Amino acid sequence: MRNYLKYAVVLVLVAALLALGGISCSEEEVIKEGDTYKIGALFSVSGPYSPLGEPEKQTMEMMEARINEAGGINGHLLNIIVYDDESDTTKADILATRLIEQDKVLAIVGPTASGTSMSAVLVADDKHVPLVACAASEPIVNDEEGNEREWTFMTPQSSNQAARAIFGYLQEELNISKVAILTDKAGFGVLGVAALEAEAPKYGITIVAKQTFDNVNDKDMTPQLNIIENASPAAEAIICWGTSPGPAIITKNWHDKQMGIPLIQSHGSLSNTYLQLSGDAANGVMLPSGKFWVANQLTDDDPQKAVLLDYIADFEALYGQGKANTYGGHAYDALSMVTMALGEMENGLTISEARTDIRDYIQNITGFVGTGGTFNMSPENHHGLTDDALVMVQVVDGKWTWLE
Amino acid sequence: MSSEQFVQYLISGLTQGSIYALVGLGFTIIYAVTRIINFAQGEFVMLGGMLSFVLANSVGIPLVPALILSVLIAAAVGAIMYVLAIRPARRASVVSLIIITIGAAIFIRGIAGQIWGKDYVRPPYFTGEEPISFLGANIHPQALWIIGTTLVATIAVHLFLSYTMVGKALKACAINPSAASLVGINTRTMGLIAFVLAAITGAIGGVVMAPLTITSYGVGIMVALKGFVAASIGGFRSPIAAVIGGILLGIIEAFAVAINWGPFTSDYKDAIALIVLLLILLIRSGKLAEEERTG
Repeated sequence: MRNYLKYAVVLVLVAALLALGGISCSEEEVIKEGDTYKIGALFSVSGPYSPLGEPEKQTMEMMEARINEAGGINGHLLNIIVYDDESDTTKADILATRLIEQDKVLAIVGPTASGTSMSAVLVADDKHVPLVACAASEPIVNDEEGNEREWTFMTPQSSNQAARAIFGYLQEELNISKVAILTDKAGFGVLGVAALEAEAPKYGITIVAKQTFDNVNDKDMTPQLNIIENASPAAEAIICWGTSPGPAIITKNWHDKQMGIPLIQSHGSLSNTYLQLSGDAANGVMLPSGKFWVANQLTDDDPQKAVLLDYIADFEALYGQGKANTYGGHAYDALSMVTMALGEMENGLTISEARTDIRDYIQNITGFVGTGGTFNMSPENHHGLTDDALVMVQVVDGKWTWLE
Repeated sequence: MSSEQFVQYLISGLTQGSIYALVGLGFTIIYAVTRIINFAQGEFVMLGGMLSFVLANSVGIPLVPALILSVLIAAAVGAIMYVLAIRPARRASVVSLIIITIGAAIFIRGIAGQIWGKDYVRPPYFTGEEPISFLGANIHPQALWIIGTTLVATIAVHLFLSYTMVGKALKACAINPSAASLVGINTRTMGLIAFVLAAITGAIGGVVMAPLTITSYGVGIMVALKGFVAASIGGFRSPIAAVIGGILLGIIEAFAVAINWGPFTSDYKDAIALIVLLLILLIRSGKLAEEERTG
């Protein structure tokens, strides 16, 4: 008799669990007037990418507070659910799924890095949720056949655009035709290699040496620099593609070796953390950057100037002098697009209809002046930035300076 | 490869190898005295580096006291770990004790991540960052500190083990714990001293390496792995062999990348340590089995 009782209890529990699972709200739930809009945010607040992810999260908090103080969007308060993927692609996958299925968000902002973004992009594509990434690689918006993905967008300048900015400068200003590349083995670096190899021939530039480094574990890249030094024909510049902390170590190694050829970092190293970790060694390093770091030097008729200066002032009022960086700006652009879409959304849509509505709105945004540039989206172009969004900067005396 | 580059590879290998050596030394000391493989060894290195940053940069203590204090705090952590986690479980099997050290490692890493965050930080250089010209190559001064400190630490440990009463008692435990306790050596105290000594050597490595390699809460894992390989080269019995093993591993890693052909490229740098480990285990498995039977 006791055995049957055990089985019966287990059966009842299983049935109850299944029933509860069915009861939880589905995507057909309707968003009514006065309901809170739930938006998901997935950033690398900790781990190697935290110099990028932390200001992105803070930007979310700043904008959410400002919107809610003003009464929300058409009377709907905004609830931004921020998760930390810890710079880990597996966690990005799990958390993106959680945002979509458990938290039922209407859209996702982020992730921070290319590797984590690719994880989340596949989830968003599969579950039909609009995702505006703050990472900079073409595969986020293009699939393998070159078609534009339907649900994902990105706000930073892409790696291909960065490569073009670098090569354009090398060709026109420095007359350089042979470069060596030193890239992160994972994520952003791998996509960087593809971008660099694709763009180099257009500027008459040959890549004479290719080396890689492990961003997390490699503590000394002098061996790789030595190999680059031995390349034949000789490299006239080194282009490094990574985020943090690898590029800082490479910068120190390059400085110590006094290699005599310029070092160019990617737009993944545009944070003050890079400057702190590299110390004096960073002086002379050149990078492709959005107009963020040269906002003060823009002419008054550049529409980005006002947007940038306002963002920086607001951010630093909350989080401290010198804490704003270009990555928080990418998050600002991404969330702005989502809130613009929410501003035009009617009541009475189901969650899945709302997601489609937001996606449709974003892919038709034109002339939106963000911190990263002026965005002109279309169904065939989920990126929306043109090459003039990037300028070349150089570290001079520990400060970012425009190379005009 | 020019002679200048050869020197650079050598220094690069010596620098990295020194860290592996210090960690391997810690592994060996603890194993020899207690037969435990302490997987929290890497966390002592992490603690040394992180504490030196926190004390020197955030709290603002002058550099030298901050360094000494970091090592002392790490030693205290080693002692606490032994007293709270290892000694109460002394009757457990060796495998259980090893798992306990893994748990301690995760715990220490987790606390560090919570208190200090997960960002990468760089403590101040000991003597600045201008490269020194050394045998034709440009060497970072901190690299010389790392190599020099490792040398001094190794000699100090060797002298301690060979010429002090406590050191000889440690060695006695290593040779035969039962006989050692029969002649009046308190093996539990020896275990504590072994853990503290390993924590000190690990922390010294961390403190001296962190300005050059940049540190964060999670660096312990990879450091422990490489140090484990170093210790295994020494058979986990001989501290000097562990140190030599660590330095050899560092040099092999640096020069293997220089070959830049086939699998010996920067892409596979981390795999080299693991390949060396596999080779050591294969070679030594025969010898170890024999030692276990007779020892």
